[in-house]
Parts: sequence; C-alpha cells; structure tokens
Amino acid sequence: MGHITSGAADKNTYDVIVVGSGAAGGQTAYTLAMEGVRVLMLEAGRRYEPATETPMMQTNGQAPLRGAGTPEKPFGFFDATIDGGWNVPGEPYTSASDDPARQFQWWRARMLGGRTNHWGRISLRNGPYDFKPYTRDGLGFDWPIGYDDLAPYYDKVEMLIGVYGSNEGLENTPNSPTGVLLPPPKPRVSDLLVQQRSKKLGIPVVAGHRAVLTTRLDHKRLPALLHPGNAKAQQILAADMQKRSACFFATPCGRGCSIRANYQSTTVHLPPALDTGNLDIVTDAMVRAVTKRTDGKAEGVVYIDRKTGAEHRVKARVVVLAASALESVRILLNSGVANSSGKVGKYIMDTVGANFGGQVPLLEDLPLHNEDGVDGLHLYTPWWLYKEQLKGSLGFARGYHFEFGGGRLMPNMGTAAGLEWLDGGTYGRKFKEDARRYYGSFVGFAGRGEMIPNEDCYAELDPTVKDKFGIPVLRFHWKWSQHELGQAEHMQKVAAEIIEAMGGRYASRPQSGEKAIKQGGVIIHEVGGAMMGNDPKKSVTNSFGQCWDVKNLFITDGATLCSNADKNPTLTIMALAWRASDHMLSLMKRKEL
Amino acid sequence: MSMDRRTTIKWMLAAATAVPALRALAYTPEPLARDVAPNQAGYGTDPNLVKDWKGGDPWPLTLGVAGRLTTAALCDLIIPADDVSPAASAVGVVDFIDEWISAPYPQQRGDREIILPGLTWIDAEAQKRFGKAFTALEPAQRSAIADDICSTAKAKPEFTAAAKFFAKFRDLTAGGFYTTPVGMKDIGYTGNVPLDHFDGPPPEVLKRVGLG
Repeated sequence: MGHITSGAADKNTYDVIVVGSGAAGGQTAYTLAMEGVRVLMLEAGRRYEPATETPMMQTNGQAPLRGAGTPEKPFGFFDATIDGGWNVPGEPYTSASDDPARQFQWWRARMLGGRTNHWGRISLRNGPYDFKPYTRDGLGFDWPIGYDDLAPYYDKVEMLIGVYGSNEGLENTPNSPTGVLLPPPKPRVSDLLVQQRSKKLGIPVVAGHRAVLTTRLDHKRLPALLHPGNAKAQQILAADMQKRSACFFATPCGRGCSIRANYQSTTVHLPPALDTGNLDIVTDAMVRAVTKRTDGKAEGVVYIDRKTGAEHRVKARVVVLAASALESVRILLNSGVANSSGKVGKYIMDTVGANFGGQVPLLEDLPLHNEDGVDGLHLYTPWWLYKEQLKGSLGFARGYHFEFGGGRLMPNMGTAAGLEWLDGGTYGRKFKEDARRYYGSFVGFAGRGEMIPNEDCYAELDPTVKDKFGIPVLRFHWKWSQHELGQAEHMQKVAAEIIEAMGGRYASRPQSGEKAIKQGGVIIHEVGGAMMGNDPKKSVTNSFGQCWDVKNLFITDGATLCSNADKNPTLTIMALAWRASDHMLSLMKRKEL
Repeated sequence: MSMDRRTTIKWMLAAATAVPALRALAYTPEPLARDVAPNQAGYGTDPNLVKDWKGGDPWPLTLGVAGRLTTAALCDLIIPADDVSPAASAVGVVDFIDEWISAPYPQQRGDREIILPGLTWIDAEAQKRFGKAFTALEPAQRSAIADDICSTAKAKPEFTAAAKFFAKFRDLTAGGFYTTPVGMKDIGYTGNVPLDHFDGPPPEVLKRVGLG
C-alpha cells in the first residue's frame, strides 16, 4: 500500500514523478502504477478524504448563508473545492489588459484530486472532425492524431471511471462500443418537454454522458479488458470496483461523493493505484520548476512545502507535468525548458459559454415527485448544424452543445427569489402560493462551444509579480474572435426559441455576443499552452505529450490540446493521459527513458 | 455618544446619501444594530463542510433587539403562517437574515447597505403614517405600507428605494425560509432521500404536460 505524506519525500527511488493529482495526474499515476512503475505524485494542495469530508445529504439550511456562493466558495458552501477558486489567497495571476473583455479568469483547486472532486462529470468524446479542424475549415490547428488513435483510450477510460450515456450515431458524436456505457438515467419531465419541442425546431436532444454510476461497474468483466495479461492489476481493480456504490439519486455531485458513485481522482484513480504499493503521494508540495541534468534531460523537480516553506528536491527517470494546463505552462516557463519552439504559453483556450433561461407555465403546479436524479445532464443537445456551418451560413465556424435542466431541485437562495417579473411583486399568503406555483417551472440552458485558438490568447511570466512562495506568476492576454462572439449570440437566440416553443417566457431578451459571452476562464475548460504536433518547430510535444526538447519530460494534462471542441475536455484529457502513459511504459521497457 | 448610536447615525447618513429617496430618520427608539467590524474574516477557503452550522457561527451578528423585532415583523408579513406551514420567523429566518447582512463578502455587504437603511425607513414610515413603530402596527396598517413598496415596477417614485429594499428583503426571507425543513416541504421538494432506482416523472405528470 502506497502512502500519502506531507513535506519531504521519504524515498528517492521513483521511476516517475507526476506533478498534479487531478484527471491527468490521476490517470497517469494509475496507468503507470498498475503496470509496476514506481510513481511519486506531488500535489500542491492538502490531503483530502472524500469518505469523511463530503457533505452528503446536508441541506442548504445547514450551511452558512444557506449555501450561497462567496469568493471563498464560488460554487457554494458545499462545493467540494478546498482552497480554490478564481482567486487563491497568496497565489495571484495578472492580466495584461484593464478591459474585462480581454481578461482571463484562472480557476485552481489546491487539494488532492484537484478539481475532479467538484467537476460536472460531463464526459463527451471528441469526434473525428474535432481532431482535424484545420483540414475541415482552414482555422486553428490539426492534431497529430485522429479520432481512431484515441478511440481505444476513450473506451478504456469510460470503462474504468463509469460513464452513462447512449449511442445515437449522430454526426461527429461518436458511439462507444457495446458494453462500455452505463444506462442513462430516466429524463425529468422538463427534459422531455425540451426534447419534444426541440424536435419541432429540428434540434436533437439525446441522453447526456456523465461519469456517474447509474449501475455498479461490472467487476468481473471490466478489469480483464482494462489490464489484459496483468493478473495483479485485474485483482486490485476488481476489488476496488466492488467498493464503489451505484448512485442513490440524492446529493449534488459537485460536493463530491463519499460512496464513490461518480468519478473523482480521489475515489477512482488513486485508491487502486495506492493499493499496488507503487504510488506514493506528497501533498502540500508546490512545484516550482523542473530541474535539469547536465545532458539536458530532466533530473526531477524542486518543490516548496506549503506548510513550512521548506524547499525539497526529488529525482526520477521521468517527469510528468499534469498540474492543469496553465500550471504546467507556468512550471515550464519557470524552468526555462522545452520551449525551443517558443510556443509554451501560446494558444490557450477556454470553452465559449453563454446561458439563457426561462419559465414554462406548462411545468407549473405539477404533481409532486422526486426529481433529484443524477443531478446533472440527464439529456443534452449535441451540436446539430455541421452542414450549415461547413457551408459558412452561420457566421461562426465551430459548434456548441446545450446543457440544460429544470425541475424541483433542492431549494437554495434562488428558489423563490426574483419572482416579480412573473407575479408583479407579492407578499403574504399570495407570495407563498406563488412560490409553490413557480418552483420547478424554470428551465435553464447553458451553451458550451468551441473556441478557436488565436494569437491574442496566451500566457507569459509576469516580469515582477511573484506568489507567496516567491514563484513568478502568469500574466494573461485574451481576446475572443468573431467566431466565439457569434456563437454566444446564437446560443442565446436558439435557447430563447426553444423556450418559446415550450410556451415559455423569459425575463429579458437574448443579448449580443459581446454581452452574452462569459469571460475567458469562467467555464473552467482552459486548455492549450503547450500544444502537441508533428513539427518540433511549431509544437511543444509529440502526440504522446513527450516534450521535443526534453525526452524524459511529459505533459499529460490539457496543455497539449490543439483545439478545444465543444465537448468538455476532461474525458479527452484522461484518454490522452492513458495513451501517453502507455507510450512511457513501452519506452521504459525498451530502456529508452 | 455610545458606539451604537454613532453607528446608527452613520447608517442613517449612508441611507440619506447612498439611497437618496429614503427619508432621513428623526426617530430612533433603540439602535437597530450593534457595531460589527467591517473587515471581519469569512469562513475561509477550507471550512468544515459536514458540521451543522448555526447563525452566528461563522461571524458575529449585527442586529440588536429592535432590529430583530422589525425584521421578524417584516419576514412574517412576507411569509405568514398559513394552512401549510408556519411563519418565517418561527423557523429561524431572522437569524438567517442577520447572518447574511453580517457576512464579510461583497454581495452581502452590498445587501447590508440596502437592508439596514430599509429597516430604519420602514419604522420611520410607520411612525409617520400611524404614529407607531412598524412592529406595533395592525396587520392592515402593515399591508398599507407593503402595498406601496411590494412592486419595484409599480412603486411611485418616492418609494423606489423602499421597493428595492422590499424586493431584496423578500428574496432573503424566501431563501431563508424555503431552505428549512418546513420550507422545503411547503414548496414541494420531495428529494434528498436515497433511492434504489430513479423512476423519472410519474404518468400523471407526463399526461398533464402532453407527453403521456
């Protein structure tokens, strides 16, 4: 059994150092440890125990401010995030512009498992177009790999973490092989109404894909598929899969899950990896830089103990950065390595986000029933206008999807707030009647779309500002193009049309793209900054995340992505991390690392 | 001059400047609020998520006796007892509003600048119209004031700021009430119970919506 400590690593005999413990670090450490590689994981935040720290079943009345979000807990009091947010005390970043439209907001979480503890669990595969966007429309960059290269790893990740969904055979929205996906949850009534009315508008609505166990994982079948020929790994994984419960259809996923019914690194990747005895973890370890050997290869890393300020150095044959795209970029820039292309920090992307909601009289006063379900995305709207887009008739080049939802969910500060636009402003018994009438009759749409990488969006080291550890911080440059602004406008316009098609109404009209679009970084899908490619002059790594300049330095997080499809990036990051780790294994076997 | 009195006057001045339509107050039977350090700490970035938090746990509260009484009267005007559930003040909503306006975060500090002058205004308005504190008014007298301020869209110009205050106070009262066990039951939340399977909407629901 591996151990989790804080401070100095107690051994220095590791094969691989993995910086970061989230989706990328978790997957990398898992794949390597299960195959017998000795891994040291470094996490900048504190140790975290979902089994005892998750607020399961708590209601908002038990939280300060009824659970409302604050700068210290931006997604609400019960959100799993620890020591994180768009502002982390003592760990600033800067912006090159005073114009809010040209600023980037950087979310970080300082905890074991990183943001996988709170994420939305939406797990969509990139499609074939998404790997070759330049070939399709002449914008952005092609990836050095195609869908077929990553498909086997999507299969593996989905089988390991557990993803529900359905196979619909839609354009650029890949099916998973039979037996990979778990059954999707039954739709809520608002979902079905959105589906029925969207259909009249020619807009598809299908089962969502999320990393939530709607049934338990098949511990007899899956381990052999994931670890062929590795009896020990199969045995460990089978045992661990039996410790994961299926969803019991209560408690929002953003709090994390003490019964391990959804994916978070701390409940899925790390337990079996620790069980192998091949993984040790040091928490509170803020990595400053990759250290170099005289031959130019990576020697290890230098990190600062968050609790004591002490500096520690560790060495290994291979160093993997999986610190989150921009933290890995920051480490590379502060290390002065792997940047002969000059592309480190370039082409950072977020997801285009715009929201729009309305109220639907048909959904008022429905007979009471439990609508908790699996929390999010029972159904969703995949992008449907590929052909129109290819013809250039939309005015923006890439697609988006809708995440939507409604229903009588756990009451919070917003539940009966702001009803005046519907009831004219009431109080007393009438107000209580209105609150009952309108509760559960709202449907919200979140458009989430592809941003095209551009020259104006990049990160560099701030020339003067340092964080509390004395480490130079990132300075961001940001600018949306007309493609993103046009897309955001389209999102609100179409959401309004769907609400109208449901007989619904909205408080204010759809807005222009400039007003509708969320600030860069707000959707927290930041990727890029160390792009992979085929040409060492134009990219930072090869398709395995292996740095061109430093052969034993890998990047397995979102930094290497060449595009940021509308499909939320976490599943792709995990698939890439597994593929990169397989490559490391083969290189290590051939003694090439 | 006591600290409390000085604070009251400070808020009155704030009300007169920041919210010009709120009339300056000539009458204060008792300070509305105790003084609270404006820069007190929040609950931090790593609070205990599994403890059962009570009002006053995360930071010191603001309201004095008079402020609590006025808050209770106004809460119960917005959410009175009916056949389904008790009044807001019976389930801790006064404590909650006090916790909210005492919090150190920007949203709550902004709301404090609406709520405290608003409470002062409504007592002054009660004095002006009926010669009594708001808490001493008859139900019909309370309603007479509420009718003038319960709609931000329809309020006369002299009540614009008071209507803004009422809308904010109503949102806080509703949020405080509908997150309690009785409030959740009242509004029709039946979730937060572990289930073996999730069945989706029952047939009668689908039929009502035209999906059955």
